[in-house]
Amino acid sequence: MTRTIALAGNPNSGKSTLFNRLTGSRQSVGNWPGVTLERKTGHLRSNSDVEIVDLPGVYSLSAYTLEERVARDYLLDSAPDCIINIVDGTNLERNLFLTTQLLELGIPVVVAINMIDLVRNQGAMIDAVHLARNLGVPVVEISATHGTGIEELTKVVLADHAIPKPLPYSFGQEVVLGEIMRVTGVSNRWIATQLFERDEFIATRGLQPDAALEGIIATCEDALDDDAISIMAGERYAQVSQAMVGCVDTRTTRALTPSDRVDQIITNRWLALPIFAAVMFVVYYISVTTVGTLVTDYTNDVIFGDIVPNHVAVWLSDIGTADWLSRLVVEGIIGGVGAVLGFVPQLMLLFIFLAILEDSGYMARVAFIMDRAFRHFGLSGKSFIPMLIGTGCSVPGIMASRTIENERDHKLTAMTTSFIPCGAKLAVIALISGAVFQGAWWVAPSAYFVGMGAVVLSGIILKKSALFSGDPAPFVMELPPYHLPRAGAVLRSMWERSWAFIRRAGTIILLATMTIWFLANVGWQSGLHFVDDLDNSMLAAVSGSLAWIFAPLGWGTWQSTAATLSGLIAKESVVGTFGVLYGVAEVSEDGVEIWGQLAASFTVLAAYSFLLFNLLCAPCFAAIGAIRREMGNARWTAFAVAYQTVFAWTIAFIFYQIGVAIRDRVADGWTVLAVATLVGIVWLLMKKPSRSRRATIASRIGSEAAA
Amino acid sequence: MTTLRDVPMGEVCQVLRVMGDGELKRRIVAMGLTRGTSVRVTNVAPLGDPLELQVRGYQLSVRKDDAARIEVTR
Repeated sequence: MTRTIALAGNPNSGKSTLFNRLTGSRQSVGNWPGVTLERKTGHLRSNSDVEIVDLPGVYSLSAYTLEERVARDYLLDSAPDCIINIVDGTNLERNLFLTTQLLELGIPVVVAINMIDLVRNQGAMIDAVHLARNLGVPVVEISATHGTGIEELTKVVLADHAIPKPLPYSFGQEVVLGEIMRVTGVSNRWIATQLFERDEFIATRGLQPDAALEGIIATCEDALDDDAISIMAGERYAQVSQAMVGCVDTRTTRALTPSDRVDQIITNRWLALPIFAAVMFVVYYISVTTVGTLVTDYTNDVIFGDIVPNHVAVWLSDIGTADWLSRLVVEGIIGGVGAVLGFVPQLMLLFIFLAILEDSGYMARVAFIMDRAFRHFGLSGKSFIPMLIGTGCSVPGIMASRTIENERDHKLTAMTTSFIPCGAKLAVIALISGAVFQGAWWVAPSAYFVGMGAVVLSGIILKKSALFSGDPAPFVMELPPYHLPRAGAVLRSMWERSWAFIRRAGTIILLATMTIWFLANVGWQSGLHFVDDLDNSMLAAVSGSLAWIFAPLGWGTWQSTAATLSGLIAKESVVGTFGVLYGVAEVSEDGVEIWGQLAASFTVLAAYSFLLFNLLCAPCFAAIGAIRREMGNARWTAFAVAYQTVFAWTIAFIFYQIGVAIRDRVADGWTVLAVATLVGIVWLLMKKPSRSRRATIASRIGSEAAA
Repeated sequence: MTTLRDVPMGEVCQVLRVMGDGELKRRIVAMGLTRGTSVRVTNVAPLGDPLELQVRGYQLSVRKDDAARIEVTR
């Protein structure tokens, strides 16, 4: 008979390490139904009939965050055979808050006190036998990192357990809960506590609050001069204190731990920013400037640009393959595979850094240090790292957004990271700057300001839209103790993320790159056939039919359209495509050979408008693949790419039309439309959020203060 | 009325009540800031916000605007 065991615990309690210990490599990763949250399941190493479900890390079972909702729905609906509640022994009091809720669900619970080695190192003591007696459930001491106590935990979990007896509340609270169960007919004690807290999500379970219930709650609130949510939390923490009596040697817990001393330096008012800058410099320098770019260039230019295609081409001609098929395989397919795999070495390097930052506890401090700078436009302090990495390459930048726990902040960061000019866009900037602006110093910096402005603008506007509205994410964040990163955990995290990129992002990159290659190399005059000049290709025909879209931006020619479309493969391709179109066989990186022709076909305003559009529009396919990976589904990805492209068009449109009107001192219909769009954007920036809880909270605070 | 926002760095205070409602309040009380709990303001982020608190033996970070919703006694 198969048994299902749920693994529940706070964030940072070592839950995923324990999960890996229990299941080994026998795990599968999917999504929780309807949400992009990762769902990990696996089978017990020693007994494949036992399935382990890794629940999201939560502090409580109240259903206000996505993680809490998923964990609670699972526990209520799927009724696992047993819950392993992992608690951090160095932070017992806060961790046991969740335990008090789990004990009320009517499901057997086994408590695993993790990090017992750290507890002992700090000179503290936890009496597990005594705690087990106080909690009424088995308690096992473990160290998930070192693998101690895992065998015993497995043994205890596999034994049969009774439904735990919930911990007692104060006399008054017991009376109140009893009364609630009587008037509502609810038999589950935990649901009764949620009814008491006026949990609105409980209504989805067919329970409607009524006057009798409200009367009980209000009487209790009046008597205690406090609100139900606070009363309940106070009661639970009182249970925790009661359960801990005689179990924990508190003599040493007041002393400064080594972690506290480290923290005093790292988040020190004066040292925090220099240390932060130094850490970021090291991460950037190694994963972008030096090693990362070297390995990416090597895989792209040498392995997939030279060695593999040459060998395959020779082999294909040896076995007598037709020329067109050989080209399809070598240029189309291998080019597409290279576009996916070329990023992997650099990503692996970056993921190692991110895992070290997360595992050591520094990532939480990044959010702490940068929160103030980012919150005003609706992003997390952790958005800093994706943006920074994004200046090198959007693909690892977007993938770095994975470290942001809040789903809204995560999605918003993944959507806006590619606005920051990446290394490949520098080629486009250099081309426009050199050809039209005589290499003026301000062009490149302006591109970065445009990118940052686009992030800020999008953050403010999107946060107000219905898609991202709702409760502002509370920034009440635990700053976990520092510890030395563990090689196993770091490598595992690196591998999981790299594999996810190959699997989830790879398909879209491969297909899209091959499609554009096909369009650029095949023509349809007198039947499908390979063409040698781009002018006769399907890409030219497609571009010609799309050029009108860009006419209001000042560059509605098929050549500029084709260059923009080829930018979807890689942004530096924009330069190469112009080279081909202007009949220059080999162009250097900044396209100096074609500056003259480009200057002749673009006005100054049109050139900058072209630059604006290409900086902000849909990124290359690799970055779109990365967005797909982070967004979790095709609809969100399509929304992100459409938003970026429409946003880019709008900004370039406003710039070009208003620019032309100022230059010529003539306003026409387009000018009016551009001004109206500009006013619309300003209105979006200023308007109140569509339906804000913050406003409700503020008004309630106001009324409470007045009362 | 004194709130946690007004407590100087290094000082200890006791929580009296948490105002407001919704996700934020639930999170604040779940993290252990309930009536009678001792809180120490241990640090302020380099840009002046958020605060770092010591509560129930661990470190917690809270924005100043949210700290203003936590009424305390010194």
